[in-house]
Amino acid sequence: MSEATAKKKFLYINRRAPYGTIYALEALEVVLIGAAFEQDVSAAFLDDGVYQLIDGQDTTGVGMKNFSKAYKALGDFEVRKLYVERESLAERGLTLEDLMPLTYEDEDEDYAEKPSIRLVDRSEMARLISEQDVILSF
Amino acid sequence: MSTLHTINKSPFERSSLTSCLGHLADGDAVLIYEDGVIGARKGCAFAEALRAKQTSCAIYILGADLAARGMKSEDIAEGIGVVDYGGFVDLVAGAARVCAWL
Repeated sequence: MSEATAKKKFLYINRRAPYGTIYALEALEVVLIGAAFEQDVSAAFLDDGVYQLIDGQDTTGVGMKNFSKAYKALGDFEVRKLYVERESLAERGLTLEDLMPLTYEDEDEDYAEKPSIRLVDRSEMARLISEQDVILSF
Repeated sequence: MSTLHTINKSPFERSSLTSCLGHLADGDAVLIYEDGVIGARKGCAFAEALRAKQTSCAIYILGADLAARGMKSEDIAEGIGVVDYGGFVDLVAGAARVCAWL
């Protein structure tokens, strides 16, 4: 990659639950595009967006594709920073334990499995937004 | 450099405005347009939450969307700057990044 097309910090903000609308699935696809172009990708999950990461999704009854497994593959595509807002979880009666245990393998530490989900509070989320080059909202 | 946050949905329909106001950094700007203007009306349930942010952030509203909804600049909370489409472009051009609260 030339210097003219330097790596940028991309933040994908997810504020919608999956299945009710197409936003979550579309966001997931766009996140992977960002990663494919070797950008510095982070994803934020706040408001109802935290439901995208909830464990135990079963869509057989609603006749829609269960794309929650795709989040487990994000680590393999260098998407390793998934910021989940603490207040959004709490407002919905959820905790970190209700979410999928998403991990990535750290090649610098003998491929040790590390958690991709980073719990942040609202003020940290605001700071994260301030640090980005590009923000894509879903 | 600061962030421009945009709001285009009514706060009575979606949580976008409330969520946006909870994620502002000092010196950021907020532009309210389309149905977002409903939340900027004087005396509405969200006026106080908006006013509380005016000390640390600049709040703007798109005049054309006010007019389309029968509102005038005197109908919106004090301290909110009315801009036209050119002003919208200037705000985007002057910000380091744009964060849309859909």
